[in-house]
Amino acid sequence: MLIKRQDDIKPSEITNPSLYARRREFLKGGAALALGVALPVGSALGPAYGAAKLSPLTPSRFNTDEELTPYEAITTHNNFYEFGTDKESPAKLADSLRPRPWTVLVDGEVKRPREWDIEDILKQFPLEERIYRLRCVEAWSMVIPWVGISLASFIKAVEPNSNAKYVAFETLVDQEQMPGQRSNLFGFGLNWPYIEGLRIDEATNPLAILGVGLYGEVMPNQNGAPIRLVVPWKYGFKSIKSIVRISFVEQQPVNTWQVQAPREYGFYANVNPQVDHPRWSQGQERRIGDWLKRETLMFNGYGDQVAQLYSGMDLSKNF
Amino acid sequence: MDKRNKAALHMTWVKRAKPVLFVLCLLPVAQLAYAAYRGSLGADPVETLTYATGDWTLRFLLITLAVTPLRYLTGIRSLVQLRRMLGLFAFFHVCLHFLVYVVFDQFFGWRLILEDILERRYIMVGMLGFMSLLPLAITSTDKMLKRLGGKRWRRLHRLAYFAGGCGVIHYLWLVKSDYREPLIYIVILAVLLGYRVVRSTKERRKLQTTSINTI
Ligand code: HEM
Repeated sequence: MLIKRQDDIKPSEITNPSLYARRREFLKGGAALALGVALPVGSALGPAYGAAKLSPLTPSRFNTDEELTPYEAITTHNNFYEFGTDKESPAKLADSLRPRPWTVLVDGEVKRPREWDIEDILKQFPLEERIYRLRCVEAWSMVIPWVGISLASFIKAVEPNSNAKYVAFETLVDQEQMPGQRSNLFGFGLNWPYIEGLRIDEATNPLAILGVGLYGEVMPNQNGAPIRLVVPWKYGFKSIKSIVRISFVEQQPVNTWQVQAPREYGFYANVNPQVDHPRWSQGQERRIGDWLKRETLMFNGYGDQVAQLYSGMDLSKNF
Repeated sequence: MDKRNKAALHMTWVKRAKPVLFVLCLLPVAQLAYAAYRGSLGADPVETLTYATGDWTLRFLLITLAVTPLRYLTGIRSLVQLRRMLGLFAFFHVCLHFLVYVVFDQFFGWRLILEDILERRYIMVGMLGFMSLLPLAITSTDKMLKRLGGKRWRRLHRLAYFAGGCGVIHYLWLVKSDYREPLIYIVILAVLLGYRVVRSTKERRKLQTTSINTI
């Protein structure tokens, strides 16, 4: 049903022609790669955006029915500092990322430490469509139809032991593939690898997914190909991209933005209109596509699913 | 050609350059308007407008502050006739910048705006820059120059450096990790200000020595 809705949208309605042409151009270069991608089922080159289709997709009970942010906006407005500090650079530069072959190392406090091949992950876990709101700490937001696998099922499969209190995630480090890692910006740039973390009960919350695509297709490089975290009740920077390592640990990981500016970014980073950020008031947000702002919802509107994770915690201290 | 003729020649071509420069100065806004009309301001048009108007405020401020050093270096005194227009373009862009903020970021929520100014130092210092440009724009007319008298007018208009300083600090404070661009602007401002300071100290010293000599 959800997939049918996408068919109603003609690519020309979503994507402006010049950009569409540019993407085709870009994909021509990557065509060999795209064809080489052995997707679990039906790896036809999708006509809509040119990327390989992902199927079958199970719809999710968490889907929002809000208007989707156009594919073009989702793929040209990215905070992905590995490809530059402005929002246009990732779309322009991310074709240097090679999302295949790709492995994800799972280690730490688990019974089954293992280097996972991305293909095996895609084969082993059912793909779901999850239409989520995404709220950036910079006070803008989108509605994105992700394709992903349940993080809880993945964690179950690797069997963490009782010492595993937290899950730490790491992004690829490779200056050749990620030009934004070449300069340290006079020492003011982010530290690589980009690191994020969740408490284990956050990570196993049904909302958390490992995203592998959007709009029914393989994840575009600039959105964190081939596999990324999506935790929709937290600010976007928690949803780490292009993951190469998932470690189960006892100590709370120190995430990258926390190192950068501890006063501004915390470990939890739950969307919270009551806790202001030194740079941006968090009470409101601009949905991409709108001119004016709207009210921001507690936990980005996912309170029913996640509020109990934080009962008794002072969220202004644990921001 | 003697000196007087040369100066007269400069004056005529500076005069002719003025309308050309005026049109050139309108290009950034024209480009934004065209992009808005075509719907190609990017995924977040408000961000695009804020950044573009902020960048051009700072650029016009620095270009304006470069006129006098350029005049000294080239000896073309009539260049000063272009300065007012450039300064007013800086003011024009900061007005747009502020307007975008008031309308699209805060939608005339004056209480929120006040909170924002008091709570966020980059907004506070941006506001300080904007406020210090206001008296300069008001006193930019020939009439006001006459009313204030050259000396007082010149002293007041040193505020342009203060506004430039506020602008670069505003930029420095709003950046999250990539300081390259604000640092470039800071260096340019420092060079422009440094030139003026060094030159005026030299001149004062020269004046002192000549007055001693005449005694
Ligand atoms: C002399 C006065 C000012 C100058 C020179 C200036 C310049 C700039 C510059 C260069 C930027 C960054 C553009 C970029 O990243 O490319 C900027 C951003 C911004 N300015 Fe200003 N500005 C001034 C005054 C103000 C005022 C009065 C306000 C509002 C009260 C304001 C609000 C903002 C905001 C909200 C941003 C965007 C911050 C962000 O989200 O990244 N500015 N400004």
